[in-house]
Amino acid sequence: MSKITLIIKREYTTRVMKKSFIILTFLTPLLFAGMITVPLWLASLKDTNKKHIVVIDKTAMYRKVLKSNESYIFDFVDKPAEEVRKDNGDNKDFTALLLIRGDLSKDSKAATLYSREQVNMELKTYISGLLNNYVEQQKLAAYNIPNLKQMVENSRTNIDIPTIKWGNDGNEQLGSSELALVIGMISAFIIYMFIVIYGAQVMAGVVQEKTSRIVEVIISSVKPFELMMGKIIGIALVGLTQIFLWVLLTATISYLVNSFLGTTINLNALNEANQAGMGVQAMHEGSIQNLFHLLKGFDLLKILSFFIVYFLGGYLLYASLFAAVGSAVDSETDTQQFSLPLTLPIIFAIYAAIYSAQNPDGPLALWCSMIPFTSPIVMMVRLPFGVPFWQIVVSLTILVLSFIGTTWMAGKIYRTGILMYGKKVSWKELWKWLRY
Amino acid sequence: MILLEVENVVKQFAGHLALDSVSLTVPENTIYGLLGPNGAGKTTLIRIINCITAPDSGEVRLNGKRMTAADVQHIGYLPEERGLYKKMKVGDQALYLAQLKGMTKHDALKALKYWFEKFEIQEWWYKKVEELSKGMAQKVQFITTILHNPRLLIFDEPFSGFDPVNTDLIKREILNLRDKGATIIFSTHNMETVEDLCENISLVNLSKIVLQGNVAEIRKAHATRTYLIRSSGPITGEDFELLSQVRKNGIIESKIMKKEVDDENNLLLSSIIKQTEIYTFEELLPSMNDIFIKTVGR
Repeated sequence: MSKITLIIKREYTTRVMKKSFIILTFLTPLLFAGMITVPLWLASLKDTNKKHIVVIDKTAMYRKVLKSNESYIFDFVDKPAEEVRKDNGDNKDFTALLLIRGDLSKDSKAATLYSREQVNMELKTYISGLLNNYVEQQKLAAYNIPNLKQMVENSRTNIDIPTIKWGNDGNEQLGSSELALVIGMISAFIIYMFIVIYGAQVMAGVVQEKTSRIVEVIISSVKPFELMMGKIIGIALVGLTQIFLWVLLTATISYLVNSFLGTTINLNALNEANQAGMGVQAMHEGSIQNLFHLLKGFDLLKILSFFIVYFLGGYLLYASLFAAVGSAVDSETDTQQFSLPLTLPIIFAIYAAIYSAQNPDGPLALWCSMIPFTSPIVMMVRLPFGVPFWQIVVSLTILVLSFIGTTWMAGKIYRTGILMYGKKVSWKELWKWLRY
Repeated sequence: MILLEVENVVKQFAGHLALDSVSLTVPENTIYGLLGPNGAGKTTLIRIINCITAPDSGEVRLNGKRMTAADVQHIGYLPEERGLYKKMKVGDQALYLAQLKGMTKHDALKALKYWFEKFEIQEWWYKKVEELSKGMAQKVQFITTILHNPRLLIFDEPFSGFDPVNTDLIKREILNLRDKGATIIFSTHNMETVEDLCENISLVNLSKIVLQGNVAEIRKAHATRTYLIRSSGPITGEDFELLSQVRKNGIIESKIMKKEVDDENNLLLSSIIKQTEIYTFEELLPSMNDIFIKTVGR
């Protein structure tokens, strides 16, 4: 086995066997899946407890309007509100008291809901939905125009602009700019996270080798550059393993969720939401079937492959620089001074990505997806919206040339730095090492 | 036969000349001492021999051929700044370092088993390095340095961190390795070990070699022409100066200084042998420690 393979193997296995890696790798997809499915699942749960609402209707107009359903039962009483309140000292018999003081078509504020605990949103929207609807009908009827109801019904519109992407071969695909945004931001954010986390791991690894004084023992067997590259590649493989497992696990979990819960959630939750007038707009877009349908509009495989390419490019660009920083300092606490100039462009990149998402073809997006220090993150935001092929080629070429450049530079600093003990390093010193 | 030759090696660091035209030759199957005060350039020289840094000019030859990175396989190097991965198990780590030196896993395991048994440290195999004491870790490092049976061994301050018992153990192992055919270079501040172990030395001071050669010859050359003589009666003579004369348990101990540098010892001896009965006649050679201080302190 060649020496660099040995180094890669050691870096890889010691990290993959760590408890923190295993936990993070297997928990994150569960967390993702949970974030998507739990709200949908909760929405689909029916509150089996029937709630009683006492209604004091002074106008006696709304008895027919307030229809009980499986969740709420309206009890009409003819007592003063004060008495009802006293009767129900411990809130056992009913949840709330609805007091209607006058004609709602004349005074829209004539109804009040009293309760001991905060009334939930669903009940409030349910009651106001029913009353609104009724008052509206009433008002329309008051105009005394025949077929008015029909006319109003017809004039109601709900405009939803579907976006369709034209492929080069002339086929049309249903697109969703919201989904493109979400996919872009998620992948940009993961790359950002990976560069920061794994870059820091490279740096910590180098510092650890230096402070534990193993480094000179090792470079008497291998070249410093081999040691540095072995570490960088080994950690990159750890990152790829994590991505691979995440994709695999998320896909498996989503598939399982879709097949077991998917249909029931969608139909019931959606109908319920519409019926009750809950106004949960997100339900329309968020339903899993819809999501899967829209996802078909994206070339996920293409996005995933570019994700890996840009992840590797960005990681290699930064990792070697992080290694150089690690080699120049004597302890982990000293790394800050030199790692700040490295983390700043990464943080700038994630901001540029957020702004680019609003205008993926604007000048900011274009330039930041060419500059190698920001392109791995910004390009991920642009990709789901479609990027001209030549731009990807130019961006990747610049990225590859840059990481060769930074690796070469970092290698020079590294091989001098790792053998320097107990020396306070300055920027001037680093510049000197570059020219040795 | 010469194993290692260093010829006119110059190494310049920014604003500081670390090695100024350093040359030395190490005969095969000998122990060579590299001495000098801190910061003299010893470690730089050792790093150049190990191909860790490149010289600005001059060259290093192993077996008459210019050293290349591939020759590092034949060197075992124990650096002064040495350590191990703290979180790694001792066995895994030793195996890893051996494989980096080009040993196969099979050979490495076999050799490790031999050495762990020899040093009676088998039970450390599954321990993490951070559980070992400094001296214990040093033993492991010593083993990983010599494991691949290198022809040339370079030890930089090998005895630092060892207690006297282990120092002795390591000393014996170094002599053993020499007897088995290895060539050893070591740097140290401990002049007693130099006298015990080294055949040849180079003394580096301020980036230059200020003293070089065979230990016995160097001591002879630095001889102060003083002799210790134990005899039954007092001695006098024309060709020497009596420095001191004391009586101890009926034996007279005299320290004398020879006047003529070129006079042979036997001539001196023959002049006093007639006077009284001689029990001991010993030339007082300066210790390496004295020579070191005298040379460097100048």
